[in-house]
Amino acid sequence: MRMNHRHRCSHLQISAYSGVVKAPDRLPTFVPGLDALTDGGLLRGRTTLIVGGPGCGKTILALQVLVEGARRAREPGIFVAFEERTREIVADASAFGWDLPRLQKDRLFFLDAHLDSSTVHGGAFDLAGLLAGLSAKARELGARRIVFDGIDMLLAQLDDPAAERLELLRLHQWLYESGLSGIITAKTEQVDPSRSPRYGFLQYLADCVVLLQHRLVDTVASRHLQILKYRGGKASCNEFPMVLSGRGVEVAEYAVDSLEHEISTKRVSSGVPDLDAMLEGGYFRGSSILISGASGTAKSTLAGAFADAACRRRENTLFVSFDEGSAQIVRNLRSVGIRLDRHLKSGRLHIYSTSARARTAEEHLLQIRSLVESHRSRCLVIDPLSALTSTVGGPEARSNLERFLALERKLNITTLATSHLQGISEAHETATSAGVSTLVDTWIHLSYVIQGGERNRALTIVKSRGMGHSNQVRELLLARRGLSLTDVYTAGGAVLMGTLRWEREEQEREARLQEGRAFEERQRVTQDSVADLSSRMEALRRERDEKEQDLKRMKAARTGDVGTGATRIGEIGRMRRGRANPKGSGPARPPRRKP
Amino acid sequence: MKHEPARGPASSGPKPLSLRLYVAGEAPNSAAAIRNLGILFPGGEASGKPVEIEIVDLLKEPLRGLADGVVLSPTLVRLGPPPVRRVVGNLSNHEAVLLALGVVP
Repeated sequence: MRMNHRHRCSHLQISAYSGVVKAPDRLPTFVPGLDALTDGGLLRGRTTLIVGGPGCGKTILALQVLVEGARRAREPGIFVAFEERTREIVADASAFGWDLPRLQKDRLFFLDAHLDSSTVHGGAFDLAGLLAGLSAKARELGARRIVFDGIDMLLAQLDDPAAERLELLRLHQWLYESGLSGIITAKTEQVDPSRSPRYGFLQYLADCVVLLQHRLVDTVASRHLQILKYRGGKASCNEFPMVLSGRGVEVAEYAVDSLEHEISTKRVSSGVPDLDAMLEGGYFRGSSILISGASGTAKSTLAGAFADAACRRRENTLFVSFDEGSAQIVRNLRSVGIRLDRHLKSGRLHIYSTSARARTAEEHLLQIRSLVESHRSRCLVIDPLSALTSTVGGPEARSNLERFLALERKLNITTLATSHLQGISEAHETATSAGVSTLVDTWIHLSYVIQGGERNRALTIVKSRGMGHSNQVRELLLARRGLSLTDVYTAGGAVLMGTLRWEREEQEREARLQEGRAFEERQRVTQDSVADLSSRMEALRRERDEKEQDLKRMKAARTGDVGTGATRIGEIGRMRRGRANPKGSGPARPPRRKP
Repeated sequence: MKHEPARGPASSGPKPLSLRLYVAGEAPNSAAAIRNLGILFPGGEASGKPVEIEIVDLLKEPLRGLADGVVLSPTLVRLGPPPVRRVVGNLSNHEAVLLALGVVP
């Protein structure tokens, strides 16, 4: 139930950000971020006081509420200018793209209530006549909103605390009876306006009090907005960064009240197939990725590869660079086969280059936010993010960044940021990067490995939430054809890269070749000897056969000789009378046959 | 600028003082201004010369004040002779008022 409610709330706030929701008793300001802070806007039919020092944006904020009300809600309005001349205000407003001359025709009325310096004070005066005139004008115009800008100028003219209170009461009463939603701006000289007695009463009368502040943080001017009072409603009382951009005032309230958001299991390519393989498919859609490393470790190149892949998937991509101009980025990436110019031409890619120190981190983030919105980007690159965190560091930068990244995640925008880091030690990293790594889903670290007189780039996936990933160190190779990762060579416990790896591999290859040649040689020799032996065996067999033949022949010849011999012995026996035949005088036995 | 000096009656003599007082009905400061005007120009004359005085009630003609650039009530405008001069307030500071209007007491 509770979760349900929270979810509904966050949805409502997101919608309010784009200015759609109109809560019944709220006055939508259409100021980005402000309506989300107050659950729908200022209080309708009530009085809001905007206080702040000189130049903190009171007039612009009040005018914006009036102009946007006229433009978007078609609510006519009246602007009473006590401090500046309306001519100047109208001219200044053109910088924000508000077409006041057109709106002045039927929906907006500007009253120059600026007191001429030549005006002579001839005694006490009041606002009765002015309010009578404004009532008539409001009826004529059908006005719903009214701004009294620079009430302090009027009060200063009164020069009497009692008269001041009386006129403020009169104004308050008039606003209440008119049913108009009023905005009164007042300048405070003090840092803490609550100590100023004049405004104590003003704040007491107002139903809603908005404090604007303008201060220097690390030599960069930064603006803040805080809601001090919000009668009968819920409003965040925190101080929020405020920005004056080309569209007017924006408040850095990213409407993040929970970490609940749609979790995507879809993957998007990193632009480097080998890296996708290491990540088992690529980055998660809508996740945030940090690529850290020292300068020159090809962080921007990896970012460019990601942008290129996104554009090729036909996804609008915003590339924010704090280092280089658009032409430089395109040229540099072309050298490694990444061609962004065609995406720039098609409008799919938008490169926004700016100096980090030109604005506060909050202003940059808001600017990026509005660019993402207008470009309808699905992928975002910030190169480097550390430019923002190091300019205006501290816990403030971190919390802004946290809100920013959480919102991108919620809107399912895949955000890849780079960061200048030397090592991956947590202590060093927190100092330079506001602990960004804990905010991101995937952290890839690039480093140099110096060996054998050369630097080579090594890539490690330090962490990647919710996915299996390789924990191997790989060597990142930049070539004309593109980026690739190779397995690093480990030899004797040492990781070898670059030329050393190449040399080692060459040695190995040579050794293998030699081994192969030796084998072939041995094989050949053996084969030769086998052949030799075979032929020798053949020769021997032939020789044996011949010898056997000879033997046969010899045996055959031997049988003939024995027969002749016996006859001769018989003849001798006969001649020597029996001595020659000791077994009697039997006839001579026939010669035995050879078997 | 917006307030063209009203054309006084064509006369060969010195231009008469022409004034217009914007008031908000019977509001205290407005009522006081009318009273003070009577004290400053008794008999409708200044230094023996007639003074033209027009009184505009902003409660009755509310848009006229906005059109004429009158913010505070009461406001006294010297329409003639030129230049146009403005005095805001209930005119209780007689010296300042006469000085502003260029009237020598």
